[in-house]
Amino acid sequence: MADTSMTDLSYVRTEMVPDAPAPRRDTGFVGWLRQNLFSSWANTLLTLLGAWVIWVVVPPLIQFSLIDAVWTGENREACTTIAQGGVLPDGWFGACWPYVGDYFAQFVYGRYPFDARWRVDIVFVLFAIGLVPMLIPSAPFKRENILYMSVIFPVAALLLLTGGHFDYGPFITGQGFWIDYLILTVIVCAIVYAWGRATGTTSLGPVRVTGLSMVAIAVLLFILGIDFGLSHVETDVWGGLLVTLVIAVTGIAASLPLGILLALGRRSNMPIVRAVCVAFIEFWRGVPLITVLFMSSVMLPLFLPEGVTFDKLLRALIGVALFSAAYMAEVVRGGLQAISKGQYEGADAVGLTYWQKTRLIVLPQALTLVIPGIVNTFIGLFKDTTLVLIIGLFDFLGQMQSSFTDPTWASPVQATTAYFFAAVVYWVFCFAMSRYSIFTERRLSTGHKH
Amino acid sequence: MGKMLLPIVAGAALGLTASVASAATLDEVKERGELVCGVSQGLPGFSNPDAQGAWSGIDVDVCRAIAAAIFGDDSKVSYTPLSAKERFTALQSGEVDLLSRNTTWTMSRDSELGLNFAGVNYYDGQGFMVRKDLGVNSATQLSGAAVCTNTGTTTELNVADYFRAQRMEYEVVAFEKADEVVAAYDAGRCDVYTTDASGLYAQRLKLANPGDHMVLPEIISKEPLGPAVRQGDDQWLDIVKWTLNALINAEEMGITSANVEEMKGSGDPAIARLLGVEGSFGEAIGLDNDWAAKAIAAVGNYSEMFERNVGPNTDLGIQRGLNALWRDGGILYAPPVR
Repeated sequence: MADTSMTDLSYVRTEMVPDAPAPRRDTGFVGWLRQNLFSSWANTLLTLLGAWVIWVVVPPLIQFSLIDAVWTGENREACTTIAQGGVLPDGWFGACWPYVGDYFAQFVYGRYPFDARWRVDIVFVLFAIGLVPMLIPSAPFKRENILYMSVIFPVAALLLLTGGHFDYGPFITGQGFWIDYLILTVIVCAIVYAWGRATGTTSLGPVRVTGLSMVAIAVLLFILGIDFGLSHVETDVWGGLLVTLVIAVTGIAASLPLGILLALGRRSNMPIVRAVCVAFIEFWRGVPLITVLFMSSVMLPLFLPEGVTFDKLLRALIGVALFSAAYMAEVVRGGLQAISKGQYEGADAVGLTYWQKTRLIVLPQALTLVIPGIVNTFIGLFKDTTLVLIIGLFDFLGQMQSSFTDPTWASPVQATTAYFFAAVVYWVFCFAMSRYSIFTERRLSTGHKH
Repeated sequence: MGKMLLPIVAGAALGLTASVASAATLDEVKERGELVCGVSQGLPGFSNPDAQGAWSGIDVDVCRAIAAAIFGDDSKVSYTPLSAKERFTALQSGEVDLLSRNTTWTMSRDSELGLNFAGVNYYDGQGFMVRKDLGVNSATQLSGAAVCTNTGTTTELNVADYFRAQRMEYEVVAFEKADEVVAAYDAGRCDVYTTDASGLYAQRLKLANPGDHMVLPEIISKEPLGPAVRQGDDQWLDIVKWTLNALINAEEMGITSANVEEMKGSGDPAIARLLGVEGSFGEAIGLDNDWAAKAIAAVGNYSEMFERNVGPNTDLGIQRGLNALWRDGGILYAPPVR
């Protein structure tokens, strides 16, 4: 009754007032500006400051790299002013792109022999073939893809880049070695089996894993010894983007699994495992990468027998991988600690073993949480590869700097152009990694997103 | 044990190499089919790779001449770029057969380091570059100057010696890379730029206004640069020494890469001996008798080598100066072939 009597009253409206349009100054472009850029005097100030910084930085960069740049030329004359012995008006300052074009192949391959550069191209293509479907979540055959990237591609890349046909010297000669190796395999498997029996495990799993690893090593040794007719290319002629990518990809591929193991070890209940992991992590985190590289190139040869040298690139690879593994371990540990105790206890309650719990419950959640940290470490690693220059490896940046001595292109803008180009290339790689990490985070976020 | 194998395998895979030093370098080179030459990581005019990775320069030409003398083919050289620090170890350990890397011939290197210098292919010395508007025309007027130089090189020590001997004050502005030094000098952070005179000419190309700068006449150090070999292989030392001498003698006799064939019939006994028409001088050092003719045909005489790499018509634009023949006012003098 009460509500019907309301509507009968003549001074009460019977229908809703139509929505008035929002005030002009809150809608459209002006509204967006007011809301986002000029909402208060402090924000207005910040906006103006930002605009000023863009104005100061961006136009000169465009002026240098595009408008005033030289695009064609044969030698330094094209990129120097009349006073410097060239053809351009005095006071000119712009990028010298023909120099980059002339040197582009060297920036990519270093001093890798010309007639073998197709092998590097194939490695790049093989890498892309494996990487792209792996990064697309909906692509099929994930298991095969991972197998390809972790086994087939590394071996193929190693064979193609170095030429294969490794000479193991007196270490492996003829039939004798393979018989010895068979005996060694049997002994190792027997030890693993005996140890399993002693600790009360009945499963044959560990024995099978050990046996398969031994077979895998034998196959690897065999394949690397085959002569495919490829010429041998020493790693000291590798250079440019090739070296940057080899170090970065190896570092990334090695540091994540190692880092996870170290992080698990650090949270382990077993005192010796924990102590070893803590010592490892703290040692590598406490030493600058440049020191690690110096140690690997200056100190390591002192410990080796006279006349025996480890490949310089291999030393750098190991140094970089261990170094970033220590950082990765701490990132992963952050994720492990963020998982609530209930998850661990729940997994224990349903009777999962330690590895099942870790693999099925803990790691999927922990790694998802720390994706930004992981990618952060990857990006840092990618940029840290430039440090290998100090041990005489020419990465992308180092190759670029070594081209500065060429009198054919010597000019005041030579170094500026090269560094500008290097900055763009590094940025593209790092930005791509960053965007992919954001994409993955969005895809995997299940309720954590705010 | 399974895990122990891994590092060994990895080491073997990427080249666990043992170096062996041996006495008969010539036999080794012949067996290998190429000469391994230690060069710089890039010094314009001396040894420098171009965009295609091809090496050129006056030091590289010495390597090519020796390869031509041995094989008759100057392309049978493999170049190993070496930093200043690793160059002597590389030679001692047998990694390179010959060090042709703008290396100054000094007593300690010749004696303590176990090297033998085979001669001098470029007489260099440390010089100064200043801005013209400074109004200075001699290094003795540089008192109180800020001097730009590279860190950790002998140039820094030479400057210290020179200024102390002249009882002048100075201030060092040092950088690690040559590019940084040039940029700092060009930006006016120092008054003087000092390095080897040949380097001054190369770095001048990177200045905004090269015409505003001049190289002072004083040379404050002696830097005779030449190829070096290991001690203990006299035959190999002779090959390097006499190939270099042959190039200098060729200039003196007017033999060039263009006319070497026709000079063989010139009738001048000195020319006939050098080119292997008379005598058996090549055999005496383990090569063919026309070794010098082959070297000259490949790289030309010293003058051609100089003009092609550092001379007035190149980007470096260096005058012969000290590096002219003794009869032209320089100090280049090669013993005779007889």
